[in-house]
Amino acid sequence: MNTRLRRTLPYAGLLIAGIAAPFLFPDYTFQFTVLWVMILFALTWDILGGQMGYNSLGNIAFFGVGMYICAVVQIGLYYDVAQYTASYGAVKVEFTAEQYFTGLAVGLIAAGLGAVVFSVILGWVVFGLRGPYFAIGTLGVALSAGELTGAWDYVGGGGGIALPIYPGEPDDRSLFFYALCFVLAMVLFFLLRWIYLGRFGLAANAIRDDEEKAEGMGIHTMRYKTVGWAIAAFFLGISGALFGNMIGFIEPLEVAFPTVTFGLFMVVMCLLGGRGTLWGPVIGATLFHTFKEVTWTYLLGWQWVALGALIVVSVVFFQQGIVGWVKEKWPEKFGIAVDDRALAETEPDLDEAPSQRLRRQTEAAQ
Amino acid sequence: MLDNITLLAIAPLLNVQLLLDGLFIGAIFALAAYGLALVWGVMNVKNLAQGDFVMMGGYIAFVMTKLGIHPIFGLPVAIVFMFGFGWVVYRVIIYRVIGKDLFTSLLATFGMAIVIQQLLNLIFSPDVMVAESGFAIRSYLGGMVTVADIKLISFLLAAVLAALVITFMKYSRMGQAIRATAQDPRAARVMGIDTERVYAFTFALNAAICGAAGVLISMIWVLQPFFGMTYSIRAFVIVTAAGLGNLPGVIIAGLGLGAAEQFAGFILGAELQQFTVVGLLVAILVWRQVQQSRHRQVVR
Repeated sequence: MNTRLRRTLPYAGLLIAGIAAPFLFPDYTFQFTVLWVMILFALTWDILGGQMGYNSLGNIAFFGVGMYICAVVQIGLYYDVAQYTASYGAVKVEFTAEQYFTGLAVGLIAAGLGAVVFSVILGWVVFGLRGPYFAIGTLGVALSAGELTGAWDYVGGGGGIALPIYPGEPDDRSLFFYALCFVLAMVLFFLLRWIYLGRFGLAANAIRDDEEKAEGMGIHTMRYKTVGWAIAAFFLGISGALFGNMIGFIEPLEVAFPTVTFGLFMVVMCLLGGRGTLWGPVIGATLFHTFKEVTWTYLLGWQWVALGALIVVSVVFFQQGIVGWVKEKWPEKFGIAVDDRALAETEPDLDEAPSQRLRRQTEAAQ
Repeated sequence: MLDNITLLAIAPLLNVQLLLDGLFIGAIFALAAYGLALVWGVMNVKNLAQGDFVMMGGYIAFVMTKLGIHPIFGLPVAIVFMFGFGWVVYRVIIYRVIGKDLFTSLLATFGMAIVIQQLLNLIFSPDVMVAESGFAIRSYLGGMVTVADIKLISFLLAAVLAALVITFMKYSRMGQAIRATAQDPRAARVMGIDTERVYAFTFALNAAICGAAGVLISMIWVLQPFFGMTYSIRAFVIVTAAGLGNLPGVIIAGLGLGAAEQFAGFILGAELQQFTVVGLLVAILVWRQVQQSRHRQVVR
């Protein structure tokens, strides 16, 4: 097998698997749709978290913003939003097929653009924060976005909004949303593959390794950070709009701004698969989602405990992630030449306890 | 909203009531925040499970009342139990996190927080609970201001606990070792301090402080497995506002946050009370950033 074919094989495999999945296992179409959304989550988080070293805990805010913008546009095109939300879905309003699809199309675009605007404004505020302060600050933004939406009566407050109903068969509906989520995730995946190979990827990694020096080399760090975040926000906004329509009913704390569930999952999926790699988030999301669904089915009641334990274990004991581990094990496959002896001298052993490292350094200094 | 403000202007004693309630609860926030500042300053671990340690302490007091013992006696039990728990958590998890990058400790403790809150949820159900102290509620200033005795008692207990911890940190061998390790772990090791033990002790001490705060919370407020996160956020608000290693700042910020929350809850409505906490966190971070950017300009 020649190299070129071997290189393209995984990508082709991913595409074929995505197209075949709903036809092979029609009962699990909803699960597969959620899986693509999860993969999208992990990929968008990795743009900043993995490639640029900005660990955000609040990316989920874009998801919720997109979801709400889309809902307001979908309803607002044809009805008075305040009146619609005041009834809390008790009054069923019929949308014709044409109204539904125009509303959805306009809503999706508005959701993506709205999330981008939100991310640019937010980035202007929070990008000065470094390290843990950035993580805590973004976490605060996502939590407060949820709380604020819950207190805003125009969009239904804590009661939420019932979205327009899909005009057609339930089976068509699930396939429709599957196709949209799959295409969205794939567009993001290949877009990221393309930009990571180019100038953007290099600049992003330079920012991760040393932001001050990158700035010294003439890289407009702020511009790159904002662009990276805007890409993440665009896709998260659209995915939020799709997810909201797929669920059919949106509500601020559990569906639109689930900071401690989806917001945290995207980070863990990324770490599990291997941050800073293209395939890591995809693999991590697939494994994580499978683990989650299996525990949900067989460990009912204990599923959250199992999930928390998985998070602790993967963060504490398996930091480099699956792809990172494979890279370490077989570096030749990734085109990295390794001189073991030189590596052993320079690379610190990350598993070493700080006290041991201190002792070793002290001994070496003597 | 404006109505509520005018109401405060008309009835000044209402302000006193809100302020007192805020200070009583704020003292407990300050206690938990001090624990966070300790762990953060000594071993650079940001503990997002802080609030869940508080809830664990609260449920210990709750179990005591179920057994027919007054919840105040839950204080020593919670301190001892949580100290042991903190030590175990350090040995199993935190010990491996210390040397790694800053984000790891945040995520690992976040995972811990989920495990703890879900276990509490499985054991005690998600219902809101109170550990009844059975003390009287008295009125002052002509019946306009009511204060439950237990709130006063818990305020005093919080003050005593804080004083004890401060004295311990200042004068005992271990306290001095902790402060030395915070300043320079390598030098501390050279001077013969077992820094591993100091780290374990610090984390256990933090858990014990949180447990004590939880017992007080259980008596004057409510317990719920998922309220832990809000306490963690509060602790972060206080510590970021006060700065690390600034003990008077932590106490003032804690009391201030308690009062601010009561006033915001009254003026903006109860549904925005949670928002006040997280909103304040974001506001403080942005404010710090504005300050820093001014500083950067000077350097430039």
